[in-house]
Amino acid sequence: MTSRKSPGMNRRQALFSIGTAAAATGLATTGRAAELHGFPHETAMSADHLPVPAHRGGSFRILTDETDRATLKAAFDRLIPADDQGPSASEAGCLEFLDDQLSRPYGEGAALYLDGPMNREREAAIMGAAQVFATPRDRYAAGLPALEAYAQATDGAAFAALSPDRIDEILTGLEAGEIDLGDDVDGQAFFELMLQNAREGYLADPLYGGNRDMAGWKMIGFPGARYDFRPYIDKRGEELNLTPVSLIPND
Amino acid sequence: MANERPKADVVIVGLGWAGSVMAEELTRAGLNVVAIERGAWRDTSTDFPPAVDPDELRWHTRRELLQPMSVETTTFRNKTGQTAAPVRNWNAFQFGWNVGGAGTHWAGMSWRFLPWDFEVATQTAERYGQERLDSLMAEGLQLQDWGVTYEEMAPYYDRFERIAGTSGKAGNLNGERIKGGNVFEGPRERDYPTPELKDTNWMRMYRETTEGMGYNPFTIPAGNISQSYVNPLGVTMGPCTYCGFCDFHGCGNFSKSSPQACILPALMRRPNFTVLTETEVLHAVKHEDGKTVKGVQFVTRDGEEGFQPADVVCITAYQMDNVRLMLLSGIGEQYDPTTMRGTIGRNYNYQTCSSVTGFFSGAKMNPFIGGGALGVQIDDYNGDNFDHADLDFIGGAGIMGYSTNGRPIANMNGIRPGNKRWGSEWKEAYARDYQEVANIFCQGTSMPTRDAYLSLDPTYKDRHGQPLLRLTFDWNRNDKSMIDYATEKAIEIMKEAGGEDLMVDNQAEAAWNPYKQHSSHTIGGLVMGSDPSTSALNPYLQSWDCHNMFSVGASAFPNNGGYNPTLTVGALAVRAARAIHETYINNPGPLVEA
Repeated sequence: MTSRKSPGMNRRQALFSIGTAAAATGLATTGRAAELHGFPHETAMSADHLPVPAHRGGSFRILTDETDRATLKAAFDRLIPADDQGPSASEAGCLEFLDDQLSRPYGEGAALYLDGPMNREREAAIMGAAQVFATPRDRYAAGLPALEAYAQATDGAAFAALSPDRIDEILTGLEAGEIDLGDDVDGQAFFELMLQNAREGYLADPLYGGNRDMAGWKMIGFPGARYDFRPYIDKRGEELNLTPVSLIPND
Repeated sequence: MANERPKADVVIVGLGWAGSVMAEELTRAGLNVVAIERGAWRDTSTDFPPAVDPDELRWHTRRELLQPMSVETTTFRNKTGQTAAPVRNWNAFQFGWNVGGAGTHWAGMSWRFLPWDFEVATQTAERYGQERLDSLMAEGLQLQDWGVTYEEMAPYYDRFERIAGTSGKAGNLNGERIKGGNVFEGPRERDYPTPELKDTNWMRMYRETTEGMGYNPFTIPAGNISQSYVNPLGVTMGPCTYCGFCDFHGCGNFSKSSPQACILPALMRRPNFTVLTETEVLHAVKHEDGKTVKGVQFVTRDGEEGFQPADVVCITAYQMDNVRLMLLSGIGEQYDPTTMRGTIGRNYNYQTCSSVTGFFSGAKMNPFIGGGALGVQIDDYNGDNFDHADLDFIGGAGIMGYSTNGRPIANMNGIRPGNKRWGSEWKEAYARDYQEVANIFCQGTSMPTRDAYLSLDPTYKDRHGQPLLRLTFDWNRNDKSMIDYATEKAIEIMKEAGGEDLMVDNQAEAAWNPYKQHSSHTIGGLVMGSDPSTSALNPYLQSWDCHNMFSVGASAFPNNGGYNPTLTVGALAVRAARAIHETYINNPGPLVEA
């Protein structure tokens, strides 16, 4: 018997093991293959499939730097500003959402293939866009200070202190790939990451800390985590006015 | 050998649709079967009940039911000579990562391929002349028949539909064409097990529009079943509730055809069946003579290796891994595009697709009412259902108006063209367009070429240090012409339906890469056929090179139909399993003379 753990993969392997070990309780003996005979009669939810609500308690666990957080809030609230359609990203809880997401396997990049060799130019040429070479957590850790440094260099002020129009101008430049955030940060890719995460926070189940009062769902008329539309499918062109529901009770 | 398990009659590598269909057939015939699955045990009530399933972020955005790239990914390049790059992030490929495989998270579209799809080479020559076929081949297409006809496949399709509970309406009952069903389908002996699904707003508009244009619309046959149903294994399914959390999700309702819902409750109770979960097969192990294998080498979750001996080895992983496991086992010869020798990796192909999006001012589409396979399609431009004499391509596409989901994150860019994706402009656009958008999808055939193939990557490795599979692929001229033609038809339909501000996404207009996510339907690389110089498997899915190895998956398709692959995979699994227990097991050897 040989151990086949490959070097450099241990952290990610460990993450997956935590999840799957719980699922296999009662099945596996260490080392041997988990052997399943007969239909399992356990009816409890598999531990790794229970929904895990966002961390609550008001403190940030990953986005701990105040300047970083101010920069992020300023960017998020221009990506999704408060207006007639609903609250801003930060009012809807998108910062708390992101902090929680970054504390999970997603933030660790657990699903990504991050083995070398890494070659930015060659991989981007083949794949049609810049590839990811770092975890989301590391990308925010590099991207937010780079954004702040850019504001200090161009405007002599903190990013969070810039006018809404000026922030929009910078975001537009990032989106178009016209702003250089230095060697370590691909500005366009970082814009896409922030935009993706801000809108996820606005539109995901409130279970995950964003979409407060289901504001994102109300904005578009999505009725949420419902599970039976048979009474409605035959209605033609009608506004159904269904109150949205979340996977957790609205507190 | 260390950690050697008791010998099995048959070892199944990968317990998705193909593996569980085969295991059910083989255990019912009395054989002792061990299945080895890389992912964990997952079941409806313990893993995706309705209190867990309708969670877009977790299952669709983060794809938590799918095999992560960190476990195994592929490398990709457009053509020989380039250095391939690894696919690092979520992409077009949707490999399963649990007992049930991709059959747990699939959408459920449940098609029989057309009779033409099985005999593209022969029927092209018959209808359009040998010169037409020769000219396509000279251009680089690698057309070949499957070695099995639709007529031979029909009973196996029927068996799988019965197991899956497929909903639909027959369009061709024993040769009689029936309006409202797919009049272009091959003949079937009886109707679907459950009736067709209901129409959403958009499906009704699409149906009426296409009918008015003289086409033949029908409800897509679905593994989202329309009423309660007891399948031949005694397993009960429930009616689909149109919840709109289907593809990428499990089904908490026993409504989506899956190994969990349809097979495992019966299979797991059989004393002659065992599954090893969270255990990955590394490769098969050959006998000293090199002509047969004696079992498979595996590694457990804890990193310890073991050996499972068996008389027969069935490779039933996803298409990509079927090819990779054959190469890692040293069975057969790697295909070489310059010499065109070798059959392993040959005829990789894909699905040629496009989409047309339109907006309907003031509409209330209620897109959250959905199902993975919920849609209305026309097949008037699929396969060889229309005359290609004056066209510069063969093949075609199913053109569907679909209602799969209204998941808010997935659809957040579904706004009228010209609107920003952020700011108040996005909010206003999305608040309006969420209810006003509708989509048409063209799901087309793909023809194999000499230059598209699979091989082992020389550089990048998986977590066990084994080489990743390398994919060499780009669109070919024939398929580009085909999808251009089908897309024009879809645009006409969208305009006729009243759609405005059209957005057309024809992905074949530029070089392909795995982040273009129109389809997860990867095909070929281990194809079946009657000629061992151009196929890896004989018409019973048995390796030409190693007679006690069988492999079932879309990897066996020499070309792709304009359809989703699952029903054909399931039918091939029934056929292969029956060949094993009815013939092979009593008289081991090649089932077809080379």
